[in-house]
Amino acid sequence: MTTVGVDWALDWVRCSAAVVTEHREELIDLDRAIGDGDHGENMHRGYRILLEKLDGFEAATVGDVLKLVATTLMSKVGGAAGPLYGTAFLRGAKAADSADLDAAGVAAVLAAGVEGVVARGKAEVGDKTMVDAWHPAAAAAQEVADSGGSAGEALRAAADAARAGAESTEPLVARKGRASYLGERAIGHRDPGAQSSALLLEAAAAAAGA
Amino acid sequence: MKKLINDPNDVVPESVEGFVLAHSDIIVGSDDPETLFVSRAGGAVSGKVGLVSGGGSGHEPLHGGFVGVGMLDAAVPGPVFTSPTPDPILAATKAADGGAGVLHIVKNYTGDVLNFETAAELADAEDIPVKAIVVNDDVAVEDSLYTAGRRGVGGTVLLEKIAGAAAERGDDLDAVLAVATKVNDNVRSMGVALTACTVPHAGKPSFDLPEGEIEIGIGIHGEPGRRRIKAAPADEITDLLLDPILEDLGLAGGDDVLLFVNGMGGTPSSELYIVYRHARARLEALGTNVTRSLVGNYITSLEMQGASITVLRLDDETTELWDAPVHTPALRWGL
Repeated sequence: MTTVGVDWALDWVRCSAAVVTEHREELIDLDRAIGDGDHGENMHRGYRILLEKLDGFEAATVGDVLKLVATTLMSKVGGAAGPLYGTAFLRGAKAADSADLDAAGVAAVLAAGVEGVVARGKAEVGDKTMVDAWHPAAAAAQEVADSGGSAGEALRAAADAARAGAESTEPLVARKGRASYLGERAIGHRDPGAQSSALLLEAAAAAAGA
Repeated sequence: MKKLINDPNDVVPESVEGFVLAHSDIIVGSDDPETLFVSRAGGAVSGKVGLVSGGGSGHEPLHGGFVGVGMLDAAVPGPVFTSPTPDPILAATKAADGGAGVLHIVKNYTGDVLNFETAAELADAEDIPVKAIVVNDDVAVEDSLYTAGRRGVGGTVLLEKIAGAAAERGDDLDAVLAVATKVNDNVRSMGVALTACTVPHAGKPSFDLPEGEIEIGIGIHGEPGRRRIKAAPADEITDLLLDPILEDLGLAGGDDVLLFVNGMGGTPSSELYIVYRHARARLEALGTNVTRSLVGNYITSLEMQGASITVLRLDDETTELWDAPVHTPALRWGL
């Protein structure tokens, strides 16, 4: 797709809900290993409620949908993930104030989201957090935009980069969040927040058929 | 998993429902299940600084058990081991506001800090002045530069009591924050797990701890600790917990201290007193005076077996505030 629009954003929510449900146990297990085991349940609860709110929801812009995602995750997910995803989607919503997004628009939304996560959580790349998935995803989308690619190609590149970014957290020692208390014992485990971020970005690409 | 529960999704609301019914002389529950919190039965006290705490459930009696005269004004229970969201924290803040501002008492966990910060911003937008004390007393976290910082554990209970007494005697918001800061600066804790615990909706233990091994330096959310060692006699484990506390607190001979031995939920009080007895002997051998004590299950980790030791250096003011009357479901004296 050259551009993605409101229908894509709504499909992104539905695909995300499906993928979070499908991977609930996996996220719980990742979080049990280096956190406290609530991430899968919290994300599942947030998206379940979000899916209910989608019934009869009217959106004029992509930003309208992202704002609904933001406020719902912020008020329903809890833990660290709620405010972090909430802020990411809220910033993304502000950058998506139109009915359609081209590749540059997709890149701008992702860049705004990353800035939000960094501002709230104060983590950097390499801290073994969701930033490790979001940051390369935004950069990959920007590259596609710069080379004249489509919105769908930007989303596909972002999803691939996010998956690689999530995998890259495995050998790291965590410097933020609960896993940071484990020191070197966190090595060898994938960060659950980076993994859920990769899943959501894969859902974004899937919703665009990319 | 064997637990006295119905649906795992209903654990928190059903538990809070029973808790409110059992202690209806002291506390009330919020009407809206979407913004679940408990607060003092008489409502906000006009002219008094309101104290609000909260965090994931599973640590009972913390925090709801400490709502009442002389301690908290409201407490917000999140899902098990998960911070509550900003909405109920804001609702509790409003319910606790008697016109003199509100102090948020937040245990230092990333989720709790982020959600309370967001709620404080929302309260500020409604012209309720909010300040926050972030409790971080856990010495098990050795390198706080490269982590999310020391966690809030047992010291939280003592801080809620002492800051609560300061608010009750009429201190303004800055003064209550100053007392809370003094407590946080002078309190250190460390814990041990003999078993893991099982979060109801996860259905399996939060970490695997083989028979014959114990986990030193645990937090209160079922997260693994700093290191794992072979099980040892109580006195040896007590030393392992107490040594880092003493080193970090820099206690001097002649200091007055409060010694708090806390159970994690699944350890009998007889064992807690075995720990207390040795910790007390160690403190007295240093020349410190154990002038106040607390022993029991006050900040727990579901059904986990284990304990934490907390040492608070006291001065005349904090001693007087500790002794002040308190009437809550879990802590009561002088009233």
